[in-house]
Amino acid sequence: MDYLYFPGCTLYTKAKNFDQTARDCSLLLGFELKELKNWTCCGATFPLATDNIMALLPPSRILANAREEGTVLTTLCAVCYNVIKRTNRLIQGDEEKRDKINNFIEKNYQGDLRILHYLEILKQEVGFPQLKEKVKRPLSGLKAAAYYGCMLLRPFEEMGFDDKERPTLFEEFLRALGAEAVEYPYKIECCGSFQSVGAPDVATECAYKILGSAIKNGAEVMVSTCPMCTFNIDHKQSDIKEKYLGFQSVPVFYFTQLLGIAMGLDYRTLGFDQNAVDPLPLLQKKGLL
Amino acid sequence: MKIELRREKVHNDFAKKVELISGQNLFACYQCGNCTAGCPVAFAMEVGPHEIIRYTLLGLEEEALSANTFWLCASCLQCTSRCPKGIDIARVMDALRMVVLRKKERKDRVEIPEFPEGFLEKLPQIAFVSGFRKFLS
Repeated sequence: MDYLYFPGCTLYTKAKNFDQTARDCSLLLGFELKELKNWTCCGATFPLATDNIMALLPPSRILANAREEGTVLTTLCAVCYNVIKRTNRLIQGDEEKRDKINNFIEKNYQGDLRILHYLEILKQEVGFPQLKEKVKRPLSGLKAAAYYGCMLLRPFEEMGFDDKERPTLFEEFLRALGAEAVEYPYKIECCGSFQSVGAPDVATECAYKILGSAIKNGAEVMVSTCPMCTFNIDHKQSDIKEKYLGFQSVPVFYFTQLLGIAMGLDYRTLGFDQNAVDPLPLLQKKGLL
Repeated sequence: MKIELRREKVHNDFAKKVELISGQNLFACYQCGNCTAGCPVAFAMEVGPHEIIRYTLLGLEEEALSANTFWLCASCLQCTSRCPKGIDIARVMDALRMVVLRKKERKDRVEIPEFPEGFLEKLPQIAFVSGFRKFLS
């Protein structure tokens, strides 16, 4: 089965490695990501002020256009997933806002798309036992820390991705690839998100706490589902090193990059040049190249 | 700080405005502090999220709006997820931002020309788009 796919702006540029590895892996797993014909930026925040209808228009337009092409829409970026899924639920349940939005974007969208994250496709449609069978190069001996962040999980009632305090889906995925999933208390904490713009030092501190917690519990690599989190926990490691002497860098992967290694893809196609902390030395040491 | 409590003061216009924009009932808050305890950026806040709610209900508009609390909120919704009274506190933080940004002075929180060189090239687009939506009028 093919899935309609909304890449989002960051996956077209600064997280190209996330996009490409997901597309390549899906073909090996027997499905294709069919990119939407028309899409724009989703707005990158779900508006929390109840009277801010304007910020709902870009995601609504994406959804309405997608509905003309199919019934199931998938995304990779956790921020896009959050914005798209919450907007979809709002359109389903709030008649007044739905009419207002439809009148403005000149569409008649009723909120009847099914929104799935790529990880949900792997779990629900492919199945982790089946995924395990397809693994060509198991990530044996690799201690990986699944980092959920906020956007995949919260608000729990609307996202319905997994348990709100103790999710396990991401760890199940890592185990299916043969890796050892590390448990650590900061896996659902916020990376500081857009505070990288407003208060960069605060975001660096948040990232340090998350990385420190994972490393303390034995993590050799971090695994992320979001370009925003990845920026904070990967690219900010140089700032952390300056502030906390003795901090040992740890490579940060998009989950699709690890999937790519496990599926036997050539490491040169996995876009590691865009990762801030070079993962190659560790992969070499583990015999995963 | 001496605070005089009167019915008119508790049902003040500022609190009403915050309730209207956020869609939340601030009076449900019983000051347990769960939001502040779980907040990943509380360490950098001048006053915690639960205190800001109290300020608002006491009509201390100036004190509430001059705190850095709601500007530091990253909308991660940890407080919302853990509030035992079901208040969506992240919405309250956003409403406080809106109260400031919608004033006619349009006092923005960040100045784009002040970003250091190379900063714009480094950061992912989602950081700018969401950041600008939160910090600019």
